[in-house]
Amino acid sequence: MKEDPGYYDYWPYANRPKITWPGGARMAFWVAPNIEFYELDPPANAQRKAWPTASPYVPGYSIRDYGNRVGHMRQMQLLEKYGIRGSISLSAALCDHHPEIIERCRERDWEFFTHGIYNTRYTYGLSEAQERAMILDSMETIERATGTLPAGYLAPALSHSEVTIDLFAELGGLYTCDLFHDDQPTPLNVRSGKPFVSVPYSLEMNDTIAYVVNKVRPRDYGRMLKDCFDRLYAEGAESGTVMCIPTHNYQVSCPHRLRAFEEALEYITGHSDVWVTTGREIATHYLQHHHAQAQAHIAQTETIA
Amino acid sequence: MSASDPLAYPLRRYGMDHDRYEWSMLSDRPAIHWPGGKKLALWVNVGLQFFPLNPQGQPVKVPGNMTMPYPDLRHFSLRDYGNRVGIFRLLKAFDRYAVTPSFAMNTRLAQRYPALLQAILERGDEILCHSWSMDTAHAEGLDPAAETALVRRAVNGLRELTGRDIRGWISPGKLESAHTPEAIKAEGIEYFCDWVNDDLPYTFRTANGPLWAMPLSTELEDRFVLMDNLHPAHSWAEQVMDACDLLLAEAEQQGGRMLALNLHPWVIGQPHRIRYLEQALEYIMSRPGVWSASPAEILHCVQSPPAP
Repeated sequence: MKEDPGYYDYWPYANRPKITWPGGARMAFWVAPNIEFYELDPPANAQRKAWPTASPYVPGYSIRDYGNRVGHMRQMQLLEKYGIRGSISLSAALCDHHPEIIERCRERDWEFFTHGIYNTRYTYGLSEAQERAMILDSMETIERATGTLPAGYLAPALSHSEVTIDLFAELGGLYTCDLFHDDQPTPLNVRSGKPFVSVPYSLEMNDTIAYVVNKVRPRDYGRMLKDCFDRLYAEGAESGTVMCIPTHNYQVSCPHRLRAFEEALEYITGHSDVWVTTGREIATHYLQHHHAQAQAHIAQTETIA
Repeated sequence: MSASDPLAYPLRRYGMDHDRYEWSMLSDRPAIHWPGGKKLALWVNVGLQFFPLNPQGQPVKVPGNMTMPYPDLRHFSLRDYGNRVGIFRLLKAFDRYAVTPSFAMNTRLAQRYPALLQAILERGDEILCHSWSMDTAHAEGLDPAAETALVRRAVNGLRELTGRDIRGWISPGKLESAHTPEAIKAEGIEYFCDWVNDDLPYTFRTANGPLWAMPLSTELEDRFVLMDNLHPAHSWAEQVMDACDLLLAEAEQQGGRMLALNLHPWVIGQPHRIRYLEQALEYIMSRPGVWSASPAEILHCVQSPPAP
């Protein structure tokens, strides 16, 4: 085990080269609905239990199924209303289980990035070859179902190995959502040396973290989103920022929670200097226009230190 | 399942990874019509529960049980407060706002408190079986033969005590073993409320014939919001009213919806909280298009829809 994952160097927020977004926007804003499949009876993982009791754990399984049966259409219609194309963090097995959801997202030109095969299959305990095979399976499954190879990765249930991001970069990925160290995209050091970027995804704005871990009230969640936006929008006048809202259809799409989310979306998209975009577009723009300059600046910062 | 090949996915296929029900998105189903052209069915269910002072916690402990060293008088008596005092505040609120509730009773409670049972029976509202007590968890580790006997004791016991045909079931904590649906179907249960995966009833397979699943939201119930999420009562009322608004709006577009509100008298029946239940009920019942009904009435409408 290592003291530091080694994927990025310390790089202070102040005095970085300016990031510019298309159209002169201050902020790149994206919404990342996690569309997940949790298995009723997954194989045991020695390091993490999928459910608190032996299968069937009806309370946990059934509310997640609610997300797909009921919640998905609610969120999709809401995002459509505010001109937002979702960037889906996808359990690839959902292409097999629920192709209807995939089809509707395709019709709307949403992005799909990979979130592993199932959210009940963890990276823990996999050999490097197994992890590579799992990630490749997820990428190929999504490519078959959608026609496009996914560019981004969020490891299933945020379970990682030391080489997760290296492997994804080697398999052709462009960006990861697994790191929470910054409000701007940052270059990552991957062992292949390929240009690869971390796109801010946010644990704090994640509805499941807010509702399940931090037990936030729905109206307060809406307020948190607006507060987060206000600050990043203001700072974006100096250098472009990124705001992401990661969601789950079994949380944010419940009838008592959707209103607060809608109010935040209405507020955010009501501002003129917001680039409403997707994870892939942010990564691609950054790689084309800012990545090399950022790498040089980071190297310089390291030299001064 | 054993710790076999972590990359083997034997149930990666179209639909669900089990055979209990069909995969279907709510918005793709034919529109439901409630009687009188109503849009939103309000189903208010009250848990009438007995938490023994000496829980065995087998095979698992149901949430809400005793937590302190024996005898845990604080939690025992606070639960009892709901059955002695809180419930009567709830009944007044239901009558004031013309709400038709259902009551899910532990059979042991109906047996222990005949006066409470009588008060419920006199109202004529529907009664569901909520297993024997809050200490009879239905979960893996419970032997199928023992579970069959437990369900029989609970359902038949409640039928005898009430003189009614009990058709609905809620497992304590909505926990189930792999055998629970078979066990309750075998005892003549028609619908159960443990699976929270939908906003409308749907059919559920068992080896003993089909059941109806009547989803009873956990995320919106008083105990979950107030005791697990630790939100204040005024926020709970706001959440209930927001849910009502959203489901009514969705019903306008897509057909009838159901707002399932599960209550616990030991939680929402407290003097500092009851006004927020009243506020929520007053709001919901004042919306045009709301139909307060029992679960059996709602289910009947889904089974034999009235002409639109």
